[in-house]
Amino acid sequence: MAAMTTARPTSRPSEGRPSVVQTFLSRHGGMMPTFAAVAILVLLFIGGEIFLRGDFIKPLTISNLLINYAYLLVLAVGMTFVILTGGIDLSVGSVMAFTGMLGAKLLADGSPVWIAVPAMLLGGAVIGLFIGILVQYFGVQPFIASLAGLFLGRGLAFIVSLNSIKVEEPAVVWLQSTRMKLGDWVITPTGIIALVTVAIAAFVLHLTRFGRTIYAIGGSEQSARLMGLKVGRTKVAAYVISGTCAGLAGLLLTAYSNAGYPRNGIGTELDAIAAVVIGGTLLTGGRGYVLGSMIGVFVYGTIKTIINFMGAEQAWMQIIVGSLLLLFIVVQRAIVARAEGRR
Amino acid sequence: MTAVYKHRLFWPIVSLVTLIAINAIARPQFIKITMRDGELYGPLISILRESAPLMLVALGMTIVIATRGIDLSVGATMAVSGAVALTIIDGSGDPGNLGTVLVACIVAVLVSLVLGAWNGFLVSVVGIQPIIATLVLMLAGRGVALLITGGFITTVNSEPFAFIASGYLLALPFAFLIGVVAIVAMSLVERRTALGVLTEAVGINPEASRLAGVRSRSIIWGAYMVSGVLAGVAGLIYASNIRAADANAAGVFIELYAILAVVLGGTSLNGGKFSIAGTVVGVLIIQTLESSILFLGVSSAQSPVFFGFVVALVVVVQSPRMREGLASLSGRLRSRGADARNDAARNDDKVEVA
Amino acid sequence: MNADTDVPPIVEMRGITIRFPGVLALDNVDFTLRPGEIHSLMGENGAGKSTLIKALTGVYAIDSGSIAVAGKRQTFSTAADAQDAGISTVYQEVNLCANLSVGENVMLGHEKRRGTGIDWKTTHSEAARHLASLGLTLDTRSILASHSIAIQQLVAISRAMVLDAKVLILDEPTSSLDRGEVEQLFGIMRDLRDKGVAILFVSHFLDQVYEISDRITVLRNGALVGEHPIAELPRDALVTKMIGRELEDLASIASSSHREIDRSGTPVVRATGLGKRGVLEPADLEVFEGEVVGIAGLLGSGRTELVRLLYGADRADEGTVEVHGEHVRLHQPRHAIEHRISLSSENRREEGVVADLTVAENIVLGMQARQGWLRKIPKKDQDAVVQEYIDALGVRPANPNALVGNLSGGNQQKVLLARWLATAPELLVLDEPTRGIDVGAKADIQRKVAELSAQGLSVIFISSELEEVLRMAQRVVVLRDRKKIGELEAATTDLDGLIDYIANAGEGSAA
Repeated sequence: MAAMTTARPTSRPSEGRPSVVQTFLSRHGGMMPTFAAVAILVLLFIGGEIFLRGDFIKPLTISNLLINYAYLLVLAVGMTFVILTGGIDLSVGSVMAFTGMLGAKLLADGSPVWIAVPAMLLGGAVIGLFIGILVQYFGVQPFIASLAGLFLGRGLAFIVSLNSIKVEEPAVVWLQSTRMKLGDWVITPTGIIALVTVAIAAFVLHLTRFGRTIYAIGGSEQSARLMGLKVGRTKVAAYVISGTCAGLAGLLLTAYSNAGYPRNGIGTELDAIAAVVIGGTLLTGGRGYVLGSMIGVFVYGTIKTIINFMGAEQAWMQIIVGSLLLLFIVVQRAIVARAEGRR
Repeated sequence: MTAVYKHRLFWPIVSLVTLIAINAIARPQFIKITMRDGELYGPLISILRESAPLMLVALGMTIVIATRGIDLSVGATMAVSGAVALTIIDGSGDPGNLGTVLVACIVAVLVSLVLGAWNGFLVSVVGIQPIIATLVLMLAGRGVALLITGGFITTVNSEPFAFIASGYLLALPFAFLIGVVAIVAMSLVERRTALGVLTEAVGINPEASRLAGVRSRSIIWGAYMVSGVLAGVAGLIYASNIRAADANAAGVFIELYAILAVVLGGTSLNGGKFSIAGTVVGVLIIQTLESSILFLGVSSAQSPVFFGFVVALVVVVQSPRMREGLASLSGRLRSRGADARNDAARNDDKVEVA
Repeated sequence: MNADTDVPPIVEMRGITIRFPGVLALDNVDFTLRPGEIHSLMGENGAGKSTLIKALTGVYAIDSGSIAVAGKRQTFSTAADAQDAGISTVYQEVNLCANLSVGENVMLGHEKRRGTGIDWKTTHSEAARHLASLGLTLDTRSILASHSIAIQQLVAISRAMVLDAKVLILDEPTSSLDRGEVEQLFGIMRDLRDKGVAILFVSHFLDQVYEISDRITVLRNGALVGEHPIAELPRDALVTKMIGRELEDLASIASSSHREIDRSGTPVVRATGLGKRGVLEPADLEVFEGEVVGIAGLLGSGRTELVRLLYGADRADEGTVEVHGEHVRLHQPRHAIEHRISLSSENRREEGVVADLTVAENIVLGMQARQGWLRKIPKKDQDAVVQEYIDALGVRPANPNALVGNLSGGNQQKVLLARWLATAPELLVLDEPTRGIDVGAKADIQRKVAELSAQGLSVIFISSELEEVLRMAQRVVVLRDRKKIGELEAATTDLDGLIDYIANAGEGSAA
């Protein structure tokens, strides 16, 4: 890690055969923040191990990261699409609460799972579509449009019910209660769903024209349009994906807590944004990786786990995440400034 | 006549008056104001009293938005301010002492000023987008407030402190008067100094302003400091009202309502021309709407749905595409959508600039 | 070698008119492009070249006129439509995504697929093949931002060739290329032409235009001047057509500006070795009291960059500035204003007027910024100043409360001039103050500048219209390729002499 950061490329690579490091940097310079996130995750693990005298690094802790934060991982995946286009989606926490309530209510009223679950995903997608149309066709800033989505989602959650609704549907309970074991490693169906979401997103972003258009829009929307790419529908689709992911997260959270609760996910959108940024995605768009966002969620989860282990104030969580966010933003700012300075 | 119709405050004021009228018809006691012991009471007076924290935060937000910025950290600043004040009062051993309360309030406001200066530094010096720069404090600020109170809800029994939110002066709620002082002070600064027009210039065209010799950086920095101070005072009113510092609940969502108030008052989120009077009307609309929704028997928890639709409606009406659509009803549609049109307007002078 | 006039045209634009708010950008322009020719579009700033190109590529909607491609009438509403019709464009600003890899930028939207996903290996090798045809061997997986602008420009050209276009538009592709790269590009252009591709070429470099073109179309002020085979249009005739002749009305200004300037004392402003890496080679500049110094040079010659460094709008790497013989540090425009130097930017809309403020507020802005926010200029004084300048400069409408954004370009320029004159500068820098404005406003502005300089104001005057520079200035500083190449006395130079000096790079005759 240290070797990579010190060997920065000069303004133009020297003549002759470029070194391996130079080639790597000119190809994958944008991955540096993600590597930094990996380094921080490793440091956190080592720190936890030392502090807790060898009781931290074990399969169960790591398995629990995925099991406990499956919902956040899914939210972060959707958020990654939106942020890559240069936008932001503040609605995801509320939408997750709303779809959770919607699903719980439908199940409580006797609807079968095959209606309730698609309804949850559709509910999220519709709010995402609403935001996307405001952004793309009415020129509303993403921040404000998704703010409207946040209000809408939160209010709808309370309209479904003011109180929490218990979910006893076996299929939903199964998602979280089933523990699949592989040695000391444990995984639940919710964890698998989250991992599959990450895999699909990674495939879409890196191996489809749609995914590459997302990156192109984040790099320069005007260029993307002049290159003849389908900018409008791609941008709207990014918000629909984020909304759908929020719907899925609603399902995972409902399974996790066996209930829908209208106050779920207040401020979770900020956690998701923080995880995405810590994972190395540039808030100005165009650079970042969905796998980075997964690392970001694990960093978030690990900090929280360590704080729980230590029995420290939960307040530290907010301060540490805020500081990390600042650190990464300043680092990103420096990277962007360097890229501009090179021109 | 057309001048009245075209005035930028026309629609906000019409909305406010309509809201009050509907309420008055639905429940006549709404507009009833009674005098007891030389103090005024009634639903309208309650609205004025309860609007004070939002009023202060929205005034600060107006200035920040005028510079093309946004301040998401106001809620967190409120929490910190309340936590600082109550911790000082609680720890003093003499919560009823006026001097103690004054010191506590001054320290709390100074801390808020520092928080605002921090935001301003990130935006104007480091050059981070305002949304992101203030997001940092929005996340971390509540944590700081929780640490100050030690994770508990600090409650105190202090008469002088409780006076801030529930006291009366000159027959009017003291909290409302604080709001009035802020409104008057900001209007005076806007009228008597050149700060108003310089702020607008920076918000409309930062580069042209810089080339005209305007100290853009100082003005932007100052705007965040003003926002911080006002949020700090709002935090004191909130804490005084519940006689406690609740770091988790203080000022939750207030940044969103403040932005809504500013937009309702006719100030564009793209910066530039701002209206203090518009923001005042915007705050009163929100507070009256909230009161009406509660009266309708809708839980306050469900009211965000209404606000969500109001936000969407307002931004859609303000959007370039909508304006163009309206314009094209009277004129010929020349361009293909908002993007092309803006593009064309922007390029008109620099058609061939390399 | 030259394309025949009998070949049916591939692009036919007839009677194209485009209006922007307050400006007639294109006025009934015809343009014809034939297969197998390289056709240069020539004209000064604001002549309408880029607007014509953007009309052809579907970026701007046309108000009237028709466009036919390969004999078929077309209305493009997006860039994608134009691409589908076989028109491929390289714009003057690099329009690529710097965050993506080189290969991806070449292939974006045309990636090779295998099964459901993109086959990156084939895509990159395909990109490498296209780059190689331009003589480029790059690591196609490297990020575009890690390459110089010149390389990025070549990547943009490679991208245009992926499309197998029938029409290739190159808008200023050579501005950041060095000699060898230009030769490489010209080789490719000739190959494509011989394969029957129609190429529309825009460049400010006359040598390049004469080296590569078969035919030239000249635009001036949004109107068509003429279309000529290259052999029938000598350079001097081309420049004359591009610049045009001014009205008699302006001639009187010349007599008043040709005064003797006393250059024995200390100059009002002296810049020594002022430069910035990659922007401007170190240059000297002196302006004496009451003198108008013209700066001449083609677009991109460094004329704007020089005055921006002087004014502190951009930070210079090297060089010193003296005001009345004293060293000063000008790191921000407001430092320059404190030393009574003012600059009116060439980019009126983005760096000049504050569109949503009123005429009065725009005029007072400079004075108020100088005074600081605490000392507001009393309303009465403001009104007096505003009224004085509205009258003196003839701002129309003469309404101090009109929004500046709604004024025509010429009146916006007058408001800017008023803003700076109100700050009582000793040196006024005017960068293209008369571009794209009507002749009446142009005469008003020129007359005012001549009058003020006669009263002792020092002025730096930049304009693409060389006649105007010669008319206004006593001394002309000439720049070329981001470098000062010399100075000429306006009184002893005529238009042909100045054109010759700029065009022939002052070789042998450089001061």
